[in-house]
Amino acid sequence: MNLLAIGAIYRFEMNRFFRTFMQSFISPVISTSLYFVVFGAAIGSRIDQVEGVSYGAFIVPGLIMLSVMTQAISNASFGIYFPKFTGTIFELLSAPVNFLEVVIGYVGAAATKSLFIGVVILATSALFVDLQVQHPFAMMAFLVLTCLSFSLFGFIIGIWARNFEQLQLIPLLVITPLVFLGGSFYSISMLPPIWQTITLFNPVVYLISGFRWSFFGTADVSIAVSLFAIALFSGICLFLVWLIFRTGYRIKS
Amino acid sequence: MGNIVEVDGLQKTYEGGFQALRDVSLSIQKGEIIALLGPNGAGKTTLISTLCGISSPTGGTARVGGFDILTDYRATRSMIGLVPQEVALEPFEKVINTVRFSRGLFGKPRDEALIERILRQLTLWDKRNSRIMELSGGMKRRVLIAKALCHEPRVLFLDEPTAGVDVELRRDMWGIVEDLKQSGVTIILTTHYIEEAEAIADRIAVINKGEILLVEDKANLMKRMGQKTLRIELNEPAKSVPDALAEYALDLSTDGRTITYTYDTNHSRTGITRLLQDLSDAGLSLRDIQTTQSSLEDIFVGLVQEGAA
Repeated sequence: MNLLAIGAIYRFEMNRFFRTFMQSFISPVISTSLYFVVFGAAIGSRIDQVEGVSYGAFIVPGLIMLSVMTQAISNASFGIYFPKFTGTIFELLSAPVNFLEVVIGYVGAAATKSLFIGVVILATSALFVDLQVQHPFAMMAFLVLTCLSFSLFGFIIGIWARNFEQLQLIPLLVITPLVFLGGSFYSISMLPPIWQTITLFNPVVYLISGFRWSFFGTADVSIAVSLFAIALFSGICLFLVWLIFRTGYRIKS
Repeated sequence: MGNIVEVDGLQKTYEGGFQALRDVSLSIQKGEIIALLGPNGAGKTTLISTLCGISSPTGGTARVGGFDILTDYRATRSMIGLVPQEVALEPFEKVINTVRFSRGLFGKPRDEALIERILRQLTLWDKRNSRIMELSGGMKRRVLIAKALCHEPRVLFLDEPTAGVDVELRRDMWGIVEDLKQSGVTIILTTHYIEEAEAIADRIAVINKGEILLVEDKANLMKRMGQKTLRIELNEPAKSVPDALAEYALDLSTDGRTITYTYDTNHSRTGITRLLQDLSDAGLSLRDIQTTQSSLEDIFVGLVQEGAA
């Protein structure tokens, strides 16, 4: 294992993050505050409680997941797409590294960035609402796993994308709707029966439900199913990444 | 000296069916500078990319330092430094950080003293904290060289290192290449500038249409293929070459003032003495005489055209 190479990739990618640190820090703080103003104060005042939790607190896990998923995808996809765009990918291909080391470096950095943003949102939320975390270890585990699996997914998008439009396409057309419809801002039980069934086909539901369970101890679906869903998603992403490097798909001629 | 690079029957056919390399075999000796000459699209860059791991071969084998480039890629790649043709650098990063990154990527521990020495040698030290996008084109090329050198390669590939570079930087680069050679690094250089190959290479390989046409010691090549021309200026213009001189295949300029004679320096008799005698017998009076050696460029153009015919 070329640990020095992994470290070099990781540091190089984190540098990109530190260059725009204020931007990376302020934007989640502002967007979280806006969500609390709109959903917490304006709408939340008309919704009393959801599953025994104040609406303001109820949306916190969903808010964190929303940002973490989109940030993980955009960081990881950009991280690997940019070298393809500038041509610096030649160095990665000619270096004595294997695919696993490249993935650990890039995905590790993207996951770290999104984890940081998740924690910032959690801290910002604590300023607005009274938060309780019943299972802190499970909460961190869910958060870290989500950061990792969505960074892996972003990495795949970055490899696949041929231009900047394609880079934005999947996050915009697939991920954002799935996250919004995945119970970020409501409980599945609030939907009409037919929509409750349809919603179960949305993988994001399981992630948000499991994550919310770690906060409040209540969930839309069983925690075991949530864990299985995130493990399955990570497994599929890992397999795709392995295939990409095996075949040199869109990176090697 | 042993061979550090052994290429045997290497082939590369792209997905579209284009055969960029057909059966390339080449041995490169440790410590030499070999120049790969060839027109655009000859396969120079494909050969380099394949040896470095950027593109996968579709046939044949290649070994670097005794290791196979596919099965022992970690061993071969850590020995190789590559300066690519295209300037590809992360625009927002600082010079020193991209160089540190390259060293780490190749699995080498931090060595700030070495990086400082390389940056100073390439006159980049003052620019170490500048972002890449603030640098001039020539400076960016130096950064590429620094990145390739910072992990202490034993084999260095320079893919058109001086394309679009000013004269001063070109001379600097030749100096750097010479220093590297002194330190035992093997250098493989592709170039369009035959003058460059002539100036720094020990051996020349000519490649065209994915095939190696010739590999030879530069001096031998020039001696073997070197023809000399003798230009004779006449005092009085001649209307035609006198019949008595027909056997020399002389060339008379259109103004009739210059006669050109081409001869082979390796021939035991160049025929110059007899020609001069015969010229004077024919009543021509000579004003000046000069000889010129054909350059590598003439040889190269001749070879490539021969291949095309």
